[in-house]
Amino acid sequence: MSDAVASNSDKPSMLPKHAARSWFSRALDSDIFYSFLRSKLTMVAAAITVLFFLLAIFASWLAVQNPFDPAQLQLLNSRISPIWTADGQSPFLLGTDEQGRDVFSAILYGLRISLAVGVAGVIFAGALGIALGLIAGYFGGTVDGVIMRIADVQLTFPAILIALLVNGIAKSILGNRLDANSMLVVLVISIGLSFWVGYARTVRGSVMVEKNKDYVAAAQLIGLPAPKIMLRHVLPNTMGPILVIATINLALAIITEATLSFLGVGLPDTMPSLGTLIRIGNNYLFAGEWWIVAFPGIALAGLILSINLLGDWLRDALNPKLR
Amino acid sequence: MLAFTLRRALQAIGVMFAVGIIAFSMFRFAGDPVNQIVSIDTPAAEREAVRKSLGLDDPVPVQFVRYFGNAAQFKFGVSYQFRQPVSALLMERMPATLELAICATVFAMVLGILMGVYSALRRDTLLAKLFQAVSLIGISLPTFLIGILLIYLFAVTLGWLPSFGRGEVVKLGWWTTGLLTLSGLKALIMPSITLGLFQMTLIMRLVRAEMLEVLRTDYIRFARARGLTTRAIHFGHALKNTLIPVITMAGLQFGSVIAFSIITETVFQWPGMGILFVQAVQNVDIPIMAAYLLMVSLIFVTINLVVDILYTVVDPRLRSTIGRAA
Repeated sequence: MSDAVASNSDKPSMLPKHAARSWFSRALDSDIFYSFLRSKLTMVAAAITVLFFLLAIFASWLAVQNPFDPAQLQLLNSRISPIWTADGQSPFLLGTDEQGRDVFSAILYGLRISLAVGVAGVIFAGALGIALGLIAGYFGGTVDGVIMRIADVQLTFPAILIALLVNGIAKSILGNRLDANSMLVVLVISIGLSFWVGYARTVRGSVMVEKNKDYVAAAQLIGLPAPKIMLRHVLPNTMGPILVIATINLALAIITEATLSFLGVGLPDTMPSLGTLIRIGNNYLFAGEWWIVAFPGIALAGLILSINLLGDWLRDALNPKLR
Repeated sequence: MLAFTLRRALQAIGVMFAVGIIAFSMFRFAGDPVNQIVSIDTPAAEREAVRKSLGLDDPVPVQFVRYFGNAAQFKFGVSYQFRQPVSALLMERMPATLELAICATVFAMVLGILMGVYSALRRDTLLAKLFQAVSLIGISLPTFLIGILLIYLFAVTLGWLPSFGRGEVVKLGWWTTGLLTLSGLKALIMPSITLGLFQMTLIMRLVRAEMLEVLRTDYIRFARARGLTTRAIHFGHALKNTLIPVITMAGLQFGSVIAFSIITETVFQWPGMGILFVQAVQNVDIPIMAAYLLMVSLIFVTINLVVDILYTVVDPRLRSTIGRAA
């Protein structure tokens, strides 16, 4: 996320050249990398998270069919149980659902959508929250009061409720023009608007500490404009906590998207995310076809658990009190 | 103390006012209410008549005041999908949601405190580590997955508990309760666990952290020096001081429990307000959405207010600092 911010500012080439190299070698001997190597659980979690991202990125090469393409689905292949059971059939590793969709392929594509919505939601929430937090902390006064009151009010309500409301309002404004692709955008916006408060509060807090330091006074004295001071000088010093929030929020964003899709207000059956797959599979639980819901559920749980473990470790590793 | 209470009450009214504006603008601007009531081939003159009868041609501030006045009397208009007054629909379903939320909170408090105290006092035992692992899973697993897992285990495989609905309910005036029948109690078990699990993990982590912190303080060391029994130190001195934040959090979380019951109610087809709200979002039934938002906000704001005031009653130190600040 820090890269995105840096490239947005006007002169990215102003960074000294040796900074990049020494950053890498510094990272290798840093306390954080050391504590990463010390924690086996974190390494496993990181490996699983990376694996999930790779599966999502290479979904179209790994899947035996494109589950979003109705022409590739055959009803003859419907409700086949996983390959290791008595009725399993060869290409369908984890069985098929009622439309003849290969569960493994559907999970890969669903994972791609869940991760895309989650990452986009976190970036949107982060950009919004960081911008508002910087403005509130740097300028203070009335602006600060208004932004933080809104944040306080919103914080009393759980994210899922806000996401549902934004979702409902978007639907009523857009009416019947909502297809799967615009639903993706609606989901990202709902998630972004539900999670910006955490960033805004943290950034505001750090900015209020940082802005009284001498380096900010120096930057102001040489006449740098406020946005530049905020982005180039103050923001980098608040990056640690933001990274922790972003990691934990990624898990929350993925849960929120899955929940919305499970409740039937997220992605439609034609473009299923993991949550949609679980909702579809849930209908077949009583018929004994457990694999339709179990594997997407395991994938979702594994993904969230490993991201949460990473987030927990990152929080402890970046907390100087715990070293 | 009075000044503090008044200030907090004013803040609460301000929040409700803001939420009211949001609910009103949803009601008024997100889609045309007239279109929801008339059919597509209604002539324009008739549409105008409907518009006039709903008062939609009045100035917006007038409409807002009227909407707020009606909302204060629990009149939220007519649902687009059910063609019934929204308040009647909500009242009919509120007991189910409140009962579920209360059972879930009790479950979370009792188990959360017990597990938290145990894992703080016997930090290195296997059971304490197991609790920590369970709490991580409880936070990581989405609510609906836990619900599906429970249904698969106890309803589909073992057949012990019903997988949906409230069971038999008894009518007490306008309130319906499932607490007085066996099938009602059985139907409550799985939804309560599903809904309460997240709060339980939060409470457990909080109790554990607070206990560990309190056990390091000087007055506990002093109590040890005085030769008090371990039991008296742990439960009489340490636990008592950890309970204030725990009760605060459980209170503040009660609103979230009601909001999260949206998910649990959908999984278990529990006939409460949450499922009504989800249907409203699916079918763009704005009057129900707006009314639900107002109701839940009212619950949230009231709880926050009560907890804040109780906090100053319970903790005298806060009273003095607030008094000085004011």
